Amino acid sequence: MKLDFLDEVKHIPGGERIVDCIQCGTCSGSCPTSYLMEDSPRSLFYKIRTGLRNEVLNSPDIWLCTSCYMCYVRCPRGIKVTDIMYALKRLSIKERFSMQWRGSHLAKSFMTVVNRYGRNQETELLIRFFLRTNPFGAIRNIPIALKLWLKGRLPLKRHKLRDIKGFRRIVEKANQFGAI
Amino acid sequence: MTETYTKEYLYYPGCSLSATSQAYDKSTQATADVLGAKFTELPDWNCCGATAYMGIKEIMALSISARNLALAEKHCKNGHAEIVAPCSGCYVGLVKAHNYMKEFPEMREKVNAALAESDLSYSGSVKVRHVLDIFVNDIGAAKIKQFAINPLTGLKVGCYYGCQIVRPRNEIDDPECPVTMETLMKACGATPVDFSMKANCCGGSIMGTEEWIGLRLSKNLLHCAEQAGVQILVTPCPLCQINLDAYQHRVNKKYKLNVNIPILYFTQLIGLAIGVPKERLGIGDEIVSSARVLEKFFG
Repeated sequence: MKLDFLDEVKHIPGGERIVDCIQCGTCSGSCPTSYLMEDSPRSLFYKIRTGLRNEVLNSPDIWLCTSCYMCYVRCPRGIKVTDIMYALKRLSIKERFSMQWRGSHLAKSFMTVVNRYGRNQETELLIRFFLRTNPFGAIRNIPIALKLWLKGRLPLKRHKLRDIKGFRRIVEKANQFGAI
Repeated sequence: MTETYTKEYLYYPGCSLSATSQAYDKSTQATADVLGAKFTELPDWNCCGATAYMGIKEIMALSISARNLALAEKHCKNGHAEIVAPCSGCYVGLVKAHNYMKEFPEMREKVNAALAESDLSYSGSVKVRHVLDIFVNDIGAAKIKQFAINPLTGLKVGCYYGCQIVRPRNEIDDPECPVTMETLMKACGATPVDFSMKANCCGGSIMGTEEWIGLRLSKNLLHCAEQAGVQILVTPCPLCQINLDAYQHRVNKKYKLNVNIPILYFTQLIGLAIGVPKERLGIGDEIVSSARVLEKFFG
């Protein structure tokens, strides 16, 4: 049986309290990027409860969450808003809704780099991300990259974990578990 | 003097500290060394997962974070391991893995099953702490004041906390109006200047994905700090530092401003005050030079 959308969200650790939402809008009022969203967090929560699954998962707005946790600490009903936003991002990636949003490409590039070395390599992450999204956009950022490089802040040397094989086994095993 | 000074901490530098934020790494280690806190690097640590990995698959993000906790537990046989993270993102990531494994038995089982692939397991005994927490609560402002042979008299410092060091947990400080970094700056002889956006978001990784939004958020912060009369900003977060520092000229260009505020790590100013040479603190690594405001303290 396919769970309905509200049930899906309720099954995320910390997601069960979404049913307590009173639509007060404190989350949207606290959000640094909500003024740019078509659906602010409050509105997304309303749509989750009415089962508008595709509309929510297809929304660019979930990728505007910067994980600043202001909504999370202010919610008068104790809803872990930021964690629910993460869950929406995961569902959106899993079901390939978010291919056109750059935030999802950053997440994927990040995962590729970390799975390869066990650590993030900032230089490689930036290159991968721009190749995936906008190779020409990378040119715009060359001046900033150059300044950082001249200060020694974008080293090209990469560090791999000593036990990278063990690390990868952990990742593979974790990936076998269902859920998001 | 309490004995906490000689406690051994497992230092978890995190990925940024070996690249864009080497100055934070250098200044944290050099300063802690003088103040008598012993930092031992956690052997073979891996990425905490940051915010990006959490957007892919939760159980994978938690498992890689938990590998670090398991390594700390293995390294510290007495069961009192304390991991110290200088990066706010790492701090939240490690805390999240720890909390979820305590709170949700089903999660614990799965994560431990993944860790078992590498002969590791995590029982939940590690205490995760932020470097700021160590400086404020273990070393303490009183000790810093005592060591401050080069007081930063007259320097107007804005303390910018950012988000994840105070939220979602509010154990270190108030989630919206934190004040602890100010006590450290005062101990260094500087004058902390209050500004209302000190715990607002700089944009985080959105600077990479939607730069126009990141620039706006950073503009709000820089403008607010400038209006308050801040000469220099200090932060405990690598991502905040790079956003406000490397993108400052773009903020100025886009919003026709003339902000010229150097962004340093709080450990760099503490180091300067307690007489660590500036080369060992990575002062000069910043894009917006701090020489103009710090010159007279270089000695």
